[in-house]
Amino acid sequence: MVENQRWLNVLAHAVLILGVLVVALPVYIALVASTHESGVFLSGVIPMLPGRNMVETYSAVLRGGLSSQMSQPIWLMLGNSMIMAMMIAVGKIVISITSAFAIVYFRFPFRGLAFWMIFITLMLPVEVRILPTYKVIADLGMLNSYAGLSIPLIASATATFLFRQVFLTMPDELVEAARIDGAGPMKFFRDILLPLSRTNIAALFVILFIYGWNQYLWPLLVTTDPSYTTIVAGIKRMTDVADGTPQWNYIMAVAMLAMLPPVAVVVFMQRLFVKGLIETEK
Amino acid sequence: MQNKRAIFGAKGLPYLLLAPQLIITAIFFLWPAGQAIWQSFLREDAFGIKTTFVALENYSRLFADPSYLNALKVTVVFALSTAALSMGVALVLALAVDRTLRSARIYSTLLIWPYAVAPAVAGVLWWFMFNPTIGILPYLLKGVGYGWNHALDRGDAMTLVVISAAWKQISYNFLFFVAGLQAIPASLREAAAIDGAGPVRRFWTITLPLLSPTTFFLLVVTIVYTMFDTFGVIDAITEGGPAQSTNILVYKVYQDGFVGLNLGSSAAQSVVLMGIVIVLTVIQFRFVERRVNY
Repeated sequence: MVENQRWLNVLAHAVLILGVLVVALPVYIALVASTHESGVFLSGVIPMLPGRNMVETYSAVLRGGLSSQMSQPIWLMLGNSMIMAMMIAVGKIVISITSAFAIVYFRFPFRGLAFWMIFITLMLPVEVRILPTYKVIADLGMLNSYAGLSIPLIASATATFLFRQVFLTMPDELVEAARIDGAGPMKFFRDILLPLSRTNIAALFVILFIYGWNQYLWPLLVTTDPSYTTIVAGIKRMTDVADGTPQWNYIMAVAMLAMLPPVAVVVFMQRLFVKGLIETEK
Repeated sequence: MQNKRAIFGAKGLPYLLLAPQLIITAIFFLWPAGQAIWQSFLREDAFGIKTTFVALENYSRLFADPSYLNALKVTVVFALSTAALSMGVALVLALAVDRTLRSARIYSTLLIWPYAVAPAVAGVLWWFMFNPTIGILPYLLKGVGYGWNHALDRGDAMTLVVISAAWKQISYNFLFFVAGLQAIPASLREAAAIDGAGPVRRFWTITLPLLSPTTFFLLVVTIVYTMFDTFGVIDAITEGGPAQSTNILVYKVYQDGFVGLNLGSSAAQSVVLMGIVIVLTVIQFRFVERRVNY
């Protein structure tokens, strides 16, 4: 801070408090809506103060799903989301870290070609190649399976680049020392590289977990069997009601549950999250 | 490519290490992309029996199709409005946080969590707030004499998807603006202050120019985000309506391919999108490389 001007400090705090409130407003309203009975919504406007029906709403949603609108219990969808997010995050990290290891620590024919093949995946997000990718999955019989949900999203250029950068900054003396001591490449990888990249792995995991959890279009296409629906893909189906008004309190409870795990990860692992975000954009 | 001085000599091992990533890339990325390019030169008849090679006809039809040109225009309006709104708000908040000392961390925590909310969930939240029958904001707007209905009014629909998409992206832009502000040497601002420049003048002549690499980088990232990651927002709120007014390119590929089953046109649209991603990626790598130091 250059000079101490009181009115500027007051203004800064006022702007920030206003910003925090505006950013939180939609979530607050959803939270309030999830604590009321469904009858409340028939009469005009959404209430602004919490009701007393919170426990009933959430336990009903978790156990039985939404009676009239869908059959799957929400805990099952949460489980599916968790499996998909974990498979995507862990899968991306494993295949990227081994690829980066191969590219940085070995010389072999077609090294440049391999690097470019991985680089190209950056330019092919799912949204761009949905129809043909869907066809591949269908031909391989991977519709309605966890493998079909996660594997087509797993290749990752950003993660490979990140690990490549990390490995390039590690001193060459480490390899020389390891070779003098008679350690092979895999022993070096396991006992030296992995421990040294621990925080990078953790930071990347936070970002990739959020990425995996929030997938929407892909699960929507690949899972026609409701027992594989993820919570983010499922919430849209609940809002489409053919007859009558949607059960707002239940839908908003599901929305809260859908955002809770990734938001908790950001709030409780803020340092790793920020590190991961900044590193993956380099 | 940078190289290491000390390396291992194993012959087969590197291929084994690369295999999982390359196999997945080949099957689920390169093969489908090739299929899309090949499909874009073909046309299937109405019954899906006969396929003929039509060269560039799918493309010429596409760019003569008013609904595709509309989707292009809608995408540009959507991307630029979302970028302007989310970056503007983020910059103001970052400047404010930069002035606070002890409380900066708490404010940051309270501002960055929307990054973790899925676009589809963000869409549902805003859709609920702006619901024409029971939503809070339409109720307040009615008080000032404005009848909000994003299911019927094209402007309302676009406003709503822009707000929802921007809401999610503020946190990201905020974090990078804060990092960019911290990278500006305090001595520059102090020197300007000694020379008699007030806070507003210092912002325009020192802070903003020095932030321009960050700003450019965030502009590219936010455009990529609005073009490819906002499918959930559009699908949850408007499904491209009313009257195609929020039908962005990515949503149209999905609609024409999965709902309309027009394979040739959908493939041609995919190829156009690939071209756009390639251009954006090249910009990002070519011009944004030396942007900020953390």
